[in-house]
Amino acid sequence: MRDYASILPLQLEAVSYRADDCLLLDRIDARFRAGPRSLILGPNGAGKSLLLRICHGLVKPTGGTLCWAVARPHAQAMVFQNPVLLRRSVRANITYALALAGYSRRDRRRRAEQVLEEAGLAPRARHPAAVLSAGEKQKLVLARAWALRPEVLFLDEPTANLDPGATKVIEQTITAMHAAGVKIIMTTHDLGQARRLADEIFFLHRGKLREAGAAETFFTQPGTAEAAAFLRGELVI
Amino acid sequence: MVSDPTTAFAAAWHLVATGDRELYAVVALSLRVSLTALLIATVIGLPLGGALAVYRFPGRGAMIALFDTLMGLPPVVAGLAVYLLLSRAGPLGDYGLLFTPAAMIIAQTILITPIIAALTRQFVEDDWHAYREQLTSLGSGRGRAVPTLLWNCRYSLMTAVLAGLGRAMAEVGAILIVGGNIAGVTRTMTTAIALETSKGDLPFALGLGLVLMVLILTVNGIARLGGLMIQRAGAGYA
Ligand SMILES: Nc1ncnc2c1ncn2[C@@H]1O[C@H](COP(=O)(O)OP(=O)(O)OP(=O)(O)O)[C@@H](O)[C@H]1O
Ligand SMILES: [Mg+2]
Repeated sequence: MRDYASILPLQLEAVSYRADDCLLLDRIDARFRAGPRSLILGPNGAGKSLLLRICHGLVKPTGGTLCWAVARPHAQAMVFQNPVLLRRSVRANITYALALAGYSRRDRRRRAEQVLEEAGLAPRARHPAAVLSAGEKQKLVLARAWALRPEVLFLDEPTANLDPGATKVIEQTITAMHAAGVKIIMTTHDLGQARRLADEIFFLHRGKLREAGAAETFFTQPGTAEAAAFLRGELVI
Repeated sequence: MVSDPTTAFAAAWHLVATGDRELYAVVALSLRVSLTALLIATVIGLPLGGALAVYRFPGRGAMIALFDTLMGLPPVVAGLAVYLLLSRAGPLGDYGLLFTPAAMIIAQTILITPIIAALTRQFVEDDWHAYREQLTSLGSGRGRAVPTLLWNCRYSLMTAVLAGLGRAMAEVGAILIVGGNIAGVTRTMTTAIALETSKGDLPFALGLGLVLMVLILTVNGIARLGGLMIQRAGAGYA
């Protein structure tokens, strides 16, 4: 249990994003509440990454409003579609993030050791982060985000470039973080992954939110033709 | 006076090998001037280049263009500007710095700060594009990002600093104008070579030339080593 007010729910009202005459996101209404794993599903170019960036505050929407219950720094973390690591050791990448979050030198070291152990990266702690494999890098950026004890974790296609084995490990990590009380908001274009992880689905298609609701309903009775076609595995563009 | 090359070489080698005091005093002064200028230029150039890479403000483009241009500033022009600044009638004339090592340090600092700042700006800006969102997400502002990215670019920045040192050590025009090549006071390797050659004292000029070559080779060796480290960084820290 947390001893401070939750930043959730996150409420989006008519959030739009326009870039040179191109409406990339079209009046998105959505509510992300504490608890369920929210998956933003949609084909390539639907606007998933952009929506996640807007939710995380990296990009200002050109229209509409976005509102957290309360504002608290360091309550959110984000894992990007391509892992971004500093040219430092594996451990230093984590202690650096902890330093920005205000951890003391001792706590940084202890926390870093702890999460590296959990991620199975302890033997690599002193290696340059750049020599890690793609799967290990993804584990590391997840561990870095987890180290910060965020209340909300944004994940942008965290397994897009991984093989099934590595995907499984990452999905288990995500499940464990969720079980520990972290709100998961993640994007994917992988139906199988959505079936495995989603509690609720937000289906995005060409910048429009076509469906939002319980995952079970989405998979059994999709409400729109686009979602139905996407579920049948048809090429939706 | 010796003028045939073989005898001159032999005499030069004698001066170098026996540790001729005058020769090594000139070498020591050269190193003191260029290394001090390098230190000052690095302390100014790295944060300046880093800040130019990360901050957006009116006039930024003009500043970047200015530094890029100053990279190619002819040393004699820099020397002339410092001369006018420091001469009796100049705005800083009261300090009596003209024809002292301090004047040479000022001139070389003006020559190499733009190199270090401009190269730093380039390297850090590339990194800023790659890291901006991640650093912002972790709660770092632009100010905090500057030291982070300077450290992130450390291998490339070493090359920038060595380029600055190379320019300072090889330069003769600026320090000749503001230093005056006074024996025992402002005589450096490059100014002495220029002067002794014109006077016909080839052994001394050649001896200095040999030492200068060795020093520049050493700098190049260090730069090469840096390059190798960067290559290894391609597999390691890149
Ligand atoms: N800041 C921006 N300015 C202009 N265009 C943008 C911006 N961000 C994204 N876009 C464009 O918006 C569209 C959607 O991009 P986005 O990355 O959100 O798609 P996505 O759903 O994440 O796709 P993928 O599955 O391939 O990752 C793309 O055409 C992209 O070029
Ligand atoms: Mg994307």
